[in-house]
Amino acid sequence: MFELIGIPPQALFGQLLLGLINGAFYSMLSLGLAVIFGLLNVINFTHGAQYMMGAFVAWMLLNWLGIPYWGALLLAPIIVAAFGMVLERLLLRRLYHLDHLYGLLLTFGLALIVEGLFRKAFGSSGLPYENPIPGGQRLPFMFLPNYRAWVVVASLIVCLGTWYMIERTKLGSYLRAATEKPELVQAFGINVPRMITLTYGFGVGLAALAGVMAAPIYNVNPTMGSNLIIVVFAVVVIGGMGSIMGSIVTGFTLGLIEGLTKVFYPEASSTVIFIIMAIVLMIKPAGLFGTPK
Amino acid sequence: MAEAQLVVKDLHGFYGESHILHGMEFHVAKGEVVTLLGRNGAGKTTTMKAVMGMLAQRSGSVSFEGQELIHLSSNKIARIGLAFCPEERGIFSSLNVYENLTLPPVVKGGGMSLEEIYQIFPNLKERLKSQGTKLSGGEQQMLAIGRILRTGATFLLLDEPTEGLAPVIVQQIGAMIRLLKQKGFTVLLVEQNFRFASTVADRHYVVEHGKVIDMIPNDQIANNTAKLEQYLGV
Repeated sequence: MFELIGIPPQALFGQLLLGLINGAFYSMLSLGLAVIFGLLNVINFTHGAQYMMGAFVAWMLLNWLGIPYWGALLLAPIIVAAFGMVLERLLLRRLYHLDHLYGLLLTFGLALIVEGLFRKAFGSSGLPYENPIPGGQRLPFMFLPNYRAWVVVASLIVCLGTWYMIERTKLGSYLRAATEKPELVQAFGINVPRMITLTYGFGVGLAALAGVMAAPIYNVNPTMGSNLIIVVFAVVVIGGMGSIMGSIVTGFTLGLIEGLTKVFYPEASSTVIFIIMAIVLMIKPAGLFGTPK
Repeated sequence: MAEAQLVVKDLHGFYGESHILHGMEFHVAKGEVVTLLGRNGAGKTTTMKAVMGMLAQRSGSVSFEGQELIHLSSNKIARIGLAFCPEERGIFSSLNVYENLTLPPVVKGGGMSLEEIYQIFPNLKERLKSQGTKLSGGEQQMLAIGRILRTGATFLLLDEPTEGLAPVIVQQIGAMIRLLKQKGFTVLLVEQNFRFASTVADRHYVVEHGKVIDMIPNDQIANNTAKLEQYLGV
């Protein structure tokens, strides 16, 4: 049947898998952005750099300290999150009462600095990171590399786990409430400034986790974040800023759409997300899952 | 006079450039129900926010059981045992009724159990899974008060709990405030409606331009109706 429309199944499923992998990263990154934007009202442009830092910290842990991938999966997000929390305490905190634009400018500037520093230290040609689970499964219609299957499954678990934590737990109810009325939540006895710091750390940690997971696929490169983050912001705009489930669903769906476009009309594959963004903005300016303010 | 639980002295409060509170002075004894009466914009809500630590710029003295609160942040003040129910009720739309009800953390022992709260507000129990803001105005008010009864706070600041509610609901809220007094809660109430206030309170402070200009014990309210009407412009 596939041959009828001129597409071999290997190509179709191969691209779908690639789309799913990209979608996994879009989801994890836009999820972190959504969580941060919801509570902090800051559009975190440093997110791409923090994703890149996650990958680099994993590389450093492996090459300097001999800590393998599985250790880095836990340690790198914690290290990068700690860096993020310092930024929040020292800089971001001073901007909450101002327009979004100031937070955006600050985080954009920080992203340029961080990227520049890494480029100076490590060059821009990229460093290899070894695949921790080489090999793959030969399925009837395609070859499925083990590591890519792991990335899709792990990111789904991380995304749904985050969703569950925010939408279904006590901790999440504090977060949702503080997103709506921070002063009142604080007047109930909750230390909202500390919660904001931890939330930022969590969002940044998610970006770093995505970075670690990306390292064996894309290798480690100072520009890996800035290349990806533009698409991720388009995903966030399409899904609706601040919507948790929206980020997850939109991330995976757009990854798949991008993959399909590569099969059927490769010329448009790098622009299709932006075309969708333009259409969504015309029809539903608050995004597919967003609520107009 | 019983020993004062809350003593407010020379309290000043600002929103940016505008000076709202000009030296508020009042006190509330333990177990008392005291109202702040006054017209719109007199500074009643601002006073509550200043006591609760929710007003960024404030000066003077707010002491609670001998402890000075003026420099504490609102989360610390809440932990001491004061709880605030805002005028706009502050129900969270992203939380269901149960989550709204259990949101404020328990700050000390002796708070009401959920069962006791459901006994006072049976409507809430039937709607635990509903979105908080889908409740009627009266139910939202009950939720807003119910959730601070759980926390163990003994000093309640209720900002216009009857505003915009049907008379039958206002009566229920009145009965509830009398019940709270019976249970030993101290209540500071902001009201515009002194007829309602006179059914629940022990004393009334009249607030104008960010200052207390008069204090009327509830048993003398009948003799002072004309004066009050003039103060409140009714």
